[in-house]
Amino acid sequence: MASQVLIKARNLTKRYNHFTAVDHINFEVHKGECVGFLGPNGAGKTTTVRMIYCFSPVTEGELTVAGMNVSTHSREIKKMVGVAPQEDNLDPDFTVIKNLQVYARYFDIPKAEATKRAMELLKFFQLEEKQASAIDELSTGMKRRLIIARALINQPQILLVDEPTTGLDPQGRHIVWDEIRSLLKQGVTVILTTHYMDEAAALCDRVLIIDNGKIIESGEPQELVKKHAGEDVLEVSYDETVLKALKEELPEAHIEIFGDQIRVFINQPHGVFERIVKKFPGVNMTIRNANLEDVFLKLTGRKLRE
Amino acid sequence: MIRSSASGLPKLTRHVWTVWHRNFDVFMKTWHVNFLPSLIEPILYLLAFGFGLGTFVTEIEGISYIQWIAPGLVAITIMYGAFFECTYGSFVRMYFQKTFDAIIATPINVEEVIAGELLWGATRATFNAAIVLAVVAAFGLISSPLFLVMLPVAFFGGLLFAALGMCFTALAPNIDFFNYPTFLLITPMFLISNTFIPLATFPSQLQTIALAVLPLTHVADLSRMLVVGKVETLGGLSPEWVLVLAAVWMAIVTAVLFILAIYLMKRRLIK
Repeated sequence: MASQVLIKARNLTKRYNHFTAVDHINFEVHKGECVGFLGPNGAGKTTTVRMIYCFSPVTEGELTVAGMNVSTHSREIKKMVGVAPQEDNLDPDFTVIKNLQVYARYFDIPKAEATKRAMELLKFFQLEEKQASAIDELSTGMKRRLIIARALINQPQILLVDEPTTGLDPQGRHIVWDEIRSLLKQGVTVILTTHYMDEAAALCDRVLIIDNGKIIESGEPQELVKKHAGEDVLEVSYDETVLKALKEELPEAHIEIFGDQIRVFINQPHGVFERIVKKFPGVNMTIRNANLEDVFLKLTGRKLRE
Repeated sequence: MIRSSASGLPKLTRHVWTVWHRNFDVFMKTWHVNFLPSLIEPILYLLAFGFGLGTFVTEIEGISYIQWIAPGLVAITIMYGAFFECTYGSFVRMYFQKTFDAIIATPINVEEVIAGELLWGATRATFNAAIVLAVVAAFGLISSPLFLVMLPVAFFGGLLFAALGMCFTALAPNIDFFNYPTFLLITPMFLISNTFIPLATFPSQLQTIALAVLPLTHVADLSRMLVVGKVETLGGLSPEWVLVLAAVWMAIVTAVLFILAIYLMKRRLIK
């Protein structure tokens, strides 16, 4: 992993009146990394991202981007950061290409250069044919891609993408993922906020799980899965007797109930659950690989936990 | 409460004009539609009030009624152009289109966004004033060689109304809120600020109030001076002092509202 620290947060805190949205968090982002901020709605992910791009003032603690303090060097920082926000704030008064050209002007990019970059980005994001279209003629997926394209017009070193695939169909999601992957290959540092665990697992080198304004866990996705959810998960339809029997059979297992489903996590290699399945021949049981979602729900899903 | 810290004054750079440019580009896309109201409205008013009402009101202060209201129409278009641009227009950009949020994510800061919007509001007022002046000229109602000075006056008057509108925008919970300032402030000004009815005919207390708090009165007085070369004695002030008051009042109020509008918008947008 590249070792140059690009973003560094020390005791970073954001308070709104009496509500603490981000509570003394510490993290670092290295050059070239893709770091995912995961957390339920309202966890503090977007607030953290907004502090990174100098939109929200820091209440307490320190936050630096490329060694510059966000409170004193906002203009310099914003020059090297690309922001793809969660909400659609494309300019509906302009066409697709004009959106990019006008945005380039905010960065003082000369017109000829802006047009050149805009054309390249439209090509890269498969929006070339839509260059003369109005914004409201675009599909949700196209708008998302255009927002990311716009975030790249200043050739940023850091790309902040806030929930890039919310509301997209599976095809749209995969296109966005492919594009983010190829940006990573070009050396762009990416910070991604999401509540889709498959997205984080597919793209991120490292994830920070945030809840109630605090980082409750961080690490490589596979590492976290192993640590918190083991290798396999056993899923069974909810049933009192089966639950009792499972608890007796696997006293060391971690059993959770999600709605009408029992999920059994165990810190043992493959094979344990096969024995159980054989023991309950009449019961419909499924063994599957543990994933980041299991980790996430285990760490943040208090309300659903028994 | 306004904090007066060392950094209390907005930090502005030439980026203000980049924001202005965005609005200019949008305006030019549909310029023919945008110019239409400024072209048609004064014609209608001149016909209805000037020729219609003018047959009953033959002369005011030695000039015809139609000539008396012509500068008032110029003043009104300045107020409408800037006020509506920075209320409804700015609110749509801020609230529905999230355009300000998008710009603030670039090296441009929030103060520059608002200042750019205000300069744009002033510019629209100037465009509109230029068209109304052309209509007034076409009706043969210009009788002062100073009428071109009305364009910079339109810009500064526009800036005043733009800043006034932006203060309401900063406080507006929703777009319907603008009905309050429109009907409680703008419409009364439209009627009594020495535009269609000579202020000198009102009771002196009302004259004083109009001079003390209604910006349109001052724009109308300057306009009448520059377009037809006439100023009346108002609120006990001689014509010369009416003009001095207009210029000084506008300069001070514009500066105050400009800073206040940026402060209030910053408070609303930065969270």
